[in-house]
Amino acid sequence: MSDTQPPPSRATPSLQRKFEGRALRSMVLSGLVWFLAILTSVPLLSVLYMLITQGGARLNMEVFTELPPAGFEMDGGFGNALVGTFFMVGIAALIAIPVGIMAAIFLAELGPSSKLATAARFAAKTLTGVPSILAGVFAYALVVITTGTYSAPAGGVALAVLMLPIVVLTAEEAMRMVPKVMKDAAYGMGCTHTQVIWQIVLPTGMPAILTGVMLAIARAAGETAPLLFTALFSNYWLLQEGHLAVMSPTASMAVLIYNFSGMPFDNQLELAWAASLVLVMIVLIVNIVSRIFGKPKF
Amino acid sequence: MTYKIKRDAMEKPFALDVDTDSICQPPSSSTLLIDRTFRMFARLGVFVVLALVVALVLEIGVKAIPGIQKYGLDMLTGTVWDVGQQQFGILPAIWGTLYSSLIALLIGGFFGISMAIFLTQDFLPARLAAVFRTIVELLAAIPSVVYGLWGIFVVIPFIRPLTDVLNESFGWIPFFSSTLSGPGLLPAALVLAIMILPTIAAVSQDALRSVPLKTKQAAYGMGATHWEAILKVMVPTAATGIFGSLVLGLGRALGETMALAMLVGNSNQISLSLFAPANTLAALLALNFPEAGPNEIGVLMYAALVLMVITLMVNILGSMMIMYAQRGVKA
Repeated sequence: MSDTQPPPSRATPSLQRKFEGRALRSMVLSGLVWFLAILTSVPLLSVLYMLITQGGARLNMEVFTELPPAGFEMDGGFGNALVGTFFMVGIAALIAIPVGIMAAIFLAELGPSSKLATAARFAAKTLTGVPSILAGVFAYALVVITTGTYSAPAGGVALAVLMLPIVVLTAEEAMRMVPKVMKDAAYGMGCTHTQVIWQIVLPTGMPAILTGVMLAIARAAGETAPLLFTALFSNYWLLQEGHLAVMSPTASMAVLIYNFSGMPFDNQLELAWAASLVLVMIVLIVNIVSRIFGKPKF
Repeated sequence: MTYKIKRDAMEKPFALDVDTDSICQPPSSSTLLIDRTFRMFARLGVFVVLALVVALVLEIGVKAIPGIQKYGLDMLTGTVWDVGQQQFGILPAIWGTLYSSLIALLIGGFFGISMAIFLTQDFLPARLAAVFRTIVELLAAIPSVVYGLWGIFVVIPFIRPLTDVLNESFGWIPFFSSTLSGPGLLPAALVLAIMILPTIAAVSQDALRSVPLKTKQAAYGMGATHWEAILKVMVPTAATGIFGSLVLGLGRALGETMALAMLVGNSNQISLSLFAPANTLAALLALNFPEAGPNEIGVLMYAALVLMVITLMVNILGSMMIMYAQRGVKA
């Protein structure tokens, strides 16, 4: 702490005192932010601790293969919810990823400073701020009311609304990182826009685009509010008697956790914790993998 | 590869007769067709993004019309929500939404901005900073329903003795005027604060990082201490961006659903007490939509519209502030 030493002797005593007060205040504030930063990590550690102790205790092979139990039943699992989550996130990804990447190509390459692009960027940013429950309300109005039933596609549409802006904005960012000289070299050889995009921009930007896509998938997998009244919940498998029960209520991990969290039965609460552990594991693994593969290679 | 130009091409330079074996060719008509089609699809993608926003607003707006026609402004000022008697007042929900978000913003903002300062202002070696940055990012990655579960079983039991003491000793202060009997505003706001902290920290970090190094060096050159440089130079310079991060955090808090539906108590009352159960618009939607009849759907769409208007205004304000801040730094 050499910078807190008293000033040279020429300084008057009052100036010296003032300087010490300033240095002291600086040190106190530094201590405070250290304390706050460590305090910030407490919730994360507490959540992880609870997940591992409460959820880990209940985790076994059966929870992945069995159906959710009713209140008084023992055992059971969340196999159908896991399948339902994957199915609905899959639907959402099939909608959001192609549309999102196409839009991002336009924003980054074809007309980056056009009025259309400015409007679309603003629209995407606005969409990221739309509360997830409103995506659910939208899908309810669009799909559930139209088809007359709660269903997996309705849930998928709601999740797609949430994924789309993330894909658009991260993919645009990723394509902008592709060095301009590489693109110019290709254009100089007479390549069309399409050729430059397919052979230069997409392959070079792919790791970063994938990061964005994975983050969008991770976010969608953990969303509850949009599924509450679009996919609802089901105590049965998605695959019933040999055919997919697509147009009927579908279970998901997130809604299972929500439903069971308010239950008075220990078995269901334990399952809620175990499902939370599995869900957080999925989300964290997708996050970490996307970070590892997403490091730009240029 | 050779690029042969036939004799007569010298006379007619724009009619190059190209050797088809050569790699160098002008794009063929099929290549051009593919190019045009692909570009059309890219443009289509952009239109889908734009159309989605319009559809979102229209779909909710149009479906809300029956509710607006039937209940009008009375719904915004009514305080009773009773499906049996067909009474729908959402004032308590609006109040709860704003109140819980504001408390969450106070707590989350304080911690988030401190975290941003901690991570950007040379408190840590790079490797340790990466650890804390990861912690903040992981906080953002945990699904809100898991926070809700954690809130029920950890936060509420943890703060309950504390709230009892506060109520006993300071019960005359309106904020502490009731006891926490399970779910309530404070646990919901605390969990909400944790959930918006990563947003505030991330955007504030960007704002602080975009302050030119010279500005900080000039402050040190004048003899400022570390914290004088931070509080009197860095933070004011980045103020617009930091304020934008708070507004975005508020936007997230206003629309957050699950943690509130699980923790706030879903009771339609307007109270200043931090320990009283309350309700929010998002929680109201989450709880009532699954069992809604045709009449209630109009009402709920109306409530959704109110929520959308509030969050859109806050979010657009926040994005504009951040855009303004970025432009200011560049200029």
